[in-house]
Amino acid sequence: MNALLASASASASASASVASAATSGASGMTTSVWAQPFFHHALLAGTFIALAAGLVGYFLVLRAQVFTGDALSHVAFTGAMAALAGGYDLRLGLFVGCVLVALLLAGVGRRGKADDVVIGSAFAWVLGLGSFFLTLYTTSASGLGDGGAGTSVLFGSIFGLDGGQALVAVLVALAVAVAVLLIARPLLFATLDENVAAARGVPVKALGLGFLVLVGVTAGEATQAVGSLLLLGLLAAPAGAAVRLTDRPFHGLALAAGLAVGEMWAGLALSAWIPQCPPSFAVMAAATAVYAATWLRPRRASRSSLVVARG
Amino acid sequence: MGSPVLSWNLLDDFQLMWSYPFMVNAFRAGAIVAVVAGAVGWFMVLRRQTFAGHTLSVVAFPGAALATLAGFSLSLGYFGFCIAAALAVAALRRGREPGGSEESAATGTVQAFLLACGYLFMALYKGLLEGPQSLLFGSFLGITGGQVTVLAVAGVVVLAALAAIGRPLLFASVDPQVAAARGVPVRLLSVAFLVLLGAATAEAAQITGALLVFALMVLPAATAQVLTARPGLSLLLTVAIGFAVTWAGLVAAFYQPYPLGFFVTSFAFALFLLAHGARAVARARERRRAESGRPVLVGSAA
Repeated sequence: MNALLASASASASASASVASAATSGASGMTTSVWAQPFFHHALLAGTFIALAAGLVGYFLVLRAQVFTGDALSHVAFTGAMAALAGGYDLRLGLFVGCVLVALLLAGVGRRGKADDVVIGSAFAWVLGLGSFFLTLYTTSASGLGDGGAGTSVLFGSIFGLDGGQALVAVLVALAVAVAVLLIARPLLFATLDENVAAARGVPVKALGLGFLVLVGVTAGEATQAVGSLLLLGLLAAPAGAAVRLTDRPFHGLALAAGLAVGEMWAGLALSAWIPQCPPSFAVMAAATAVYAATWLRPRRASRSSLVVARG
Repeated sequence: MGSPVLSWNLLDDFQLMWSYPFMVNAFRAGAIVAVVAGAVGWFMVLRRQTFAGHTLSVVAFPGAALATLAGFSLSLGYFGFCIAAALAVAALRRGREPGGSEESAATGTVQAFLLACGYLFMALYKGLLEGPQSLLFGSFLGITGGQVTVLAVAGVVVLAALAAIGRPLLFASVDPQVAAARGVPVRLLSVAFLVLLGAATAEAAQITGALLVFALMVLPAATAQVLTARPGLSLLLTVAIGFAVTWAGLVAAFYQPYPLGFFVTSFAFALFLLAHGARAVARARERRRAESGRPVLVGSAA
């Protein structure tokens, strides 16, 4: 247990030292960033995390459940802080917290969708709980806790991932992506026309539940890349852009995943180029720019009728 | 903060707290913020605009971070950013079905991007030792008398505006189609309400921090609307609950080393759960009474 705690705090301090090295370094530093192992780990983990987030996010947007992603982003913070305060690996808290709350939200709501006011009330409290664990961790008697850990959970520390953490992130993200692709067809049916799907024998409720579990796991993954506060953007922006660009669901799914990965690469490259720019901000900026660009494109009548009628 | 101990003489406890000027200011600011956030939040819950409300409430963070970075007044940063974001959300909603998939994607993107901007501003401004945590989770220490005055003035303005548009807003929230048919300017009211929501958020964020404003907005209103369906009564109840949990939270945070936001959200969430429990019990009792009137049904249920 102590070793895990040490590794968690070491990763937090590693990210801090990387950030300070990146910010203090002059332009001579920027060329060598590309060759650093932390950059390779970030690129590897970031690619697969973005892939999973793009796939899951597309369904999240189609099902109009983005607010659930918002709620999970707060749960991710509280889960990570609770694990740190209790002396466990931060990722354990992330995944357990997100999946548990995803199941709870599915259980509270009818047809696997919870009421927005109930979701809002619940995560408002969960966030308060997070601030409690943050205080508990930073003021713990052992003196191991540092204020930087809270910031790195909230806003991500992708450059702080070591090889082992990157590998776990890649494997989990791959599992999520495969699971989404496996249930993609029935889930799409259940999303677009729930009643007909249920009549045809599609297990609508189970699919909704399974999907929320995938959202929970993705939220835990994305927290490691861009932080719990910003993971909503990684889920919503590429998917929102894909929904605006194409009517065809499977094209949209592929487009959302592709955009998410491309935006992650662009963001990482940007923050390697400009050391003052944190990677989380660069990824969000790229994602937002692409999404904003889709608004410039004139909309076709056919696609708006599909989304408004089904949404 | 660990030195004062809660005795069971509550009068003495309050006198002790009142002897600290910072606590007096905290209680004053807390009262103002709770009343304004409660009243605006009540309409937010009624209109089911929780996602837009949450997005506006986190915008306080980049506003404050930019104000810190650029060196202008914090209040200006809070109010400027929140009201600008309210107008942006209103523009994105234009001509779209509320709650649709497209709107929620847009709202989510706006929210994440603005939070990322806040993080960038904090990263560029390296002077703040404790990082963004006090902006995010709030601090009730060191509220000045001048801040309380600003809060009070802004609060009165928001409440007056809300009172002025309250009746048509209620109509437009409950039944937008009929209201529009009767000539109520539904769209204009919706924009005006979002601006008020932004202003109330900017108020409350100065005390509770950007991440916990939303709790003050949603929890008292959600609790009151579970307890009663009558608009006037539940609005009053919302304000009363918000006020009570904020003051109780301040007392608890004075005596315990844990953050104010934790206490306020926990008290409010406990009330929310109690309200839901009470409603469930009342419904079950009603059902049993209805069933005992019809013995055939009791037999079939057993």
